[in-house]
Amino acid sequence: MVAAAIVAALILGTLLAVALRAEAGRGLGPSEWAAIRFTFWQAVLSATLSVALAIPVARALSRRQFPGRHLLVTLLGAPFILPVIVAVLGLLAVFGRSGVLNEILRWLGLPEVQIYGLHGVVLAHVFFNLPLATRLILMGWQQVPSERFRLAAQLDFGPREMWRVIEAPLLRRVVPSALAVIFAICLSSFAVALTVGGGPRATTVELAIYQAFRFDFDLGRAALLSCVQLLLVGTAAFVALRLSGTDSFGTGLDRVVKRWDAGGLTRIALDSFAICGATIFLILPLSMVVWDGMFGVLQMPAQVWKAAGVSLVVALASTLLMLGFALPIAIAAGGRQSWIEMVGLLGVAASPLVIGTGLFIVIFPIADPFAVAFPVTALVNAVMALPFALRILVGPVRDVIQNYGHLSHSLNVTGRHWLLLILLPRIRSVLGFACGLTAALSMGDLGVIALFADPETATLPLQMYRLMGAYRIDAASGAGLLLLCLSFGLFWLFDKGGRGRADT
Amino acid sequence: MEFFQTCSARRILEDTMKYLTFAAGMMAATMAVAETPVLTVYTYDSFVSDWGPGPAVEAAFEETCGCDLKFVGAGDGAALLARVKLEGARTDADIVLGLDTNLTAAARETDLFADHAIEASYAFPIGWNDAQFVPFDWGIFAFVKNADLDAPTDFKALGASDLKIVIQDPRSSTPGLGLLMWVKTAYGDESKAVWEGLSDNIVTVTKGWSEAYGMFIEGEADMVLSYTTSPAYHLIAEEDASKDAVKFTEGHYMQIEVAGKLKSTDQDALADQFLAFMVSDAFQSIIPTTNWMYPAVTPADGLPKGFETLVVPDKGLLVASDQVQAIRDEALAEWLDALSQ
Repeated sequence: MVAAAIVAALILGTLLAVALRAEAGRGLGPSEWAAIRFTFWQAVLSATLSVALAIPVARALSRRQFPGRHLLVTLLGAPFILPVIVAVLGLLAVFGRSGVLNEILRWLGLPEVQIYGLHGVVLAHVFFNLPLATRLILMGWQQVPSERFRLAAQLDFGPREMWRVIEAPLLRRVVPSALAVIFAICLSSFAVALTVGGGPRATTVELAIYQAFRFDFDLGRAALLSCVQLLLVGTAAFVALRLSGTDSFGTGLDRVVKRWDAGGLTRIALDSFAICGATIFLILPLSMVVWDGMFGVLQMPAQVWKAAGVSLVVALASTLLMLGFALPIAIAAGGRQSWIEMVGLLGVAASPLVIGTGLFIVIFPIADPFAVAFPVTALVNAVMALPFALRILVGPVRDVIQNYGHLSHSLNVTGRHWLLLILLPRIRSVLGFACGLTAALSMGDLGVIALFADPETATLPLQMYRLMGAYRIDAASGAGLLLLCLSFGLFWLFDKGGRGRADT
Repeated sequence: MEFFQTCSARRILEDTMKYLTFAAGMMAATMAVAETPVLTVYTYDSFVSDWGPGPAVEAAFEETCGCDLKFVGAGDGAALLARVKLEGARTDADIVLGLDTNLTAAARETDLFADHAIEASYAFPIGWNDAQFVPFDWGIFAFVKNADLDAPTDFKALGASDLKIVIQDPRSSTPGLGLLMWVKTAYGDESKAVWEGLSDNIVTVTKGWSEAYGMFIEGEADMVLSYTTSPAYHLIAEEDASKDAVKFTEGHYMQIEVAGKLKSTDQDALADQFLAFMVSDAFQSIIPTTNWMYPAVTPADGLPKGFETLVVPDKGLLVASDQVQAIRDEALAEWLDALSQ
């Protein structure tokens, strides 16, 4: 409860600070309403498509074993944690006017494809979020105890029975909230939507907030727009919560899952298609980033390494902070108060610009904003990563509470002992995934640091933007590659540490 | 009841904080006077980066001033003004460096800036008589392309061509706003039609300059909106002559970047000294190859080698700062209309 209150205070408090500081401005005009409509629809489309495509991929990954599967599952985290500008340039190198795809089409004498437009926005968002959706849904499969599959095999379940008894309830458990999280991410998209959207048609609420700040310095309108964003996400979260099932699949013996339902040519073909398709779609733009970056690594000035160190420290600090927020909230949400997860979702919907400015207004009278740049960045990054962490943690924590709660209670295992002996070992793998995601997200986040950083203290993404702003595009690509490697390295370490021996 | 208690508790806490900050401020001020005086200059990020003008300017000024010159980076020009507005009269800054003529009217409205007494013979082709702001460099917006591309030389011909351009959003970027003003000053009431002509040439609109320039370098567009001085970077820093800018017959919109002294400064004389230093050769000769802009006052040694190859427009366009806001709002509405169809 306390953790949830702190998070809510941070998000709503900063919003209030901005609103109170505002001079009388104008309300929402037609262009803002158009932005709200566009934002809403592109987020709905992106979230739906990401999740719809993720289901076959997750199902394929859950019932197939092949060399490199581990690596692929880890690699699925990569697009999501890339800084926006790196990912967009990577995406354009494949789908852009002079991208690989169009080169091939030209060579074949076929008409070119045009990425810019609403479909481009959705494509980019699917690129960012398909992997996350896949991981979230895959986790759902992994929470089905192996005994259930054994039983299903003994009862000779066909695809239809499999769907009715195992898959449909499983998806009902994970899909609504995965949709809500991705909807929230896409809602606060700005640079991606604008760049790939091809012009002011693709104006999002976040851009309108940005405009209110810098073009008009109208803090009131910025706060108002931020409220709209929070309201949309709040509604989505509420709907998701009502729709999602909370039934557990019951407890098993934590045995390694073996699947008997993987045979049959159609299924093999379907799964191969899903896995290969997703891999190519995700790997191609990433390899363009790596390729571009390799030439720039040698040209990187020394400050880049210093910034990388700073970013590492901030990332680890925000991971710790995230755990401090997420575990208590997940335990509360896993119990009776499932609404509490909604608080966490606010983090991703809140505009970084509003949070940053609000914090600045609050902090400036009491302390030097530069002095607190890093703690503030770590804190805000932790809060921004919270919705993902919660989405990952709440389900498994709920299972542990439902399945072991009575037993632990009757054995009088409570408090610290319960946490260490019962909960943590059982959620180890998801905990690793959550930590990895937070660390990597924090690593790649530009967010509030830009408002607080002074020249000597920049994070790696900020340093990368500065290099780009000074024509040093090669060096910036190098820094982008370094960022990719570090984010991914952190993600891999935590994820692997969490998985341990377990075959997930 | 509880509400009132928390309120008064907060009041007490706030008062204590205020007092503490005040006391700390006083102590810092006293100490600063006792030791070397510190001159704090708020500027945009790229000015203070190691490859920007900041380090060289700091070294040159500290040689003569007997002071500590401290640059503080705060985003870009617009973010800089927002920062000063948020901090108000309590700001630590003595000087704000890096606003441009699109922002000076709004900056003047804050009533935070003091008058200056600097006179210099400026290199840009318009007269300068601003009571609060002193120019330190200037640039000319232009489309940059690969040198081997034959490009149209005005907006209408560009609109009729099938060349692809990438531009920045005027709502979030300075060059984007520059282009908006450029078309508006060149075409007035006709500008909406010009934008409609351009709409099928615009590959996309980006959040900032970096994204657009990056996309151009990656080959996503034939031309990008940037500055006439951009090719100088490639020529001088990379020894690459493959980029140049297009000269438009309508004339080119200019950007004049300025600095101003804050009324709240505790280093009045030092701030004046800095502004005078700013238009001297020592400062001005640093600008061309670090900020990649034209110096506001051409240094005695002239411009660096390579700058003579740059495109020089026949006419420089600029909207007077007091008319910027009205023109900007009208032009933005036209731009949105023309490109949203």
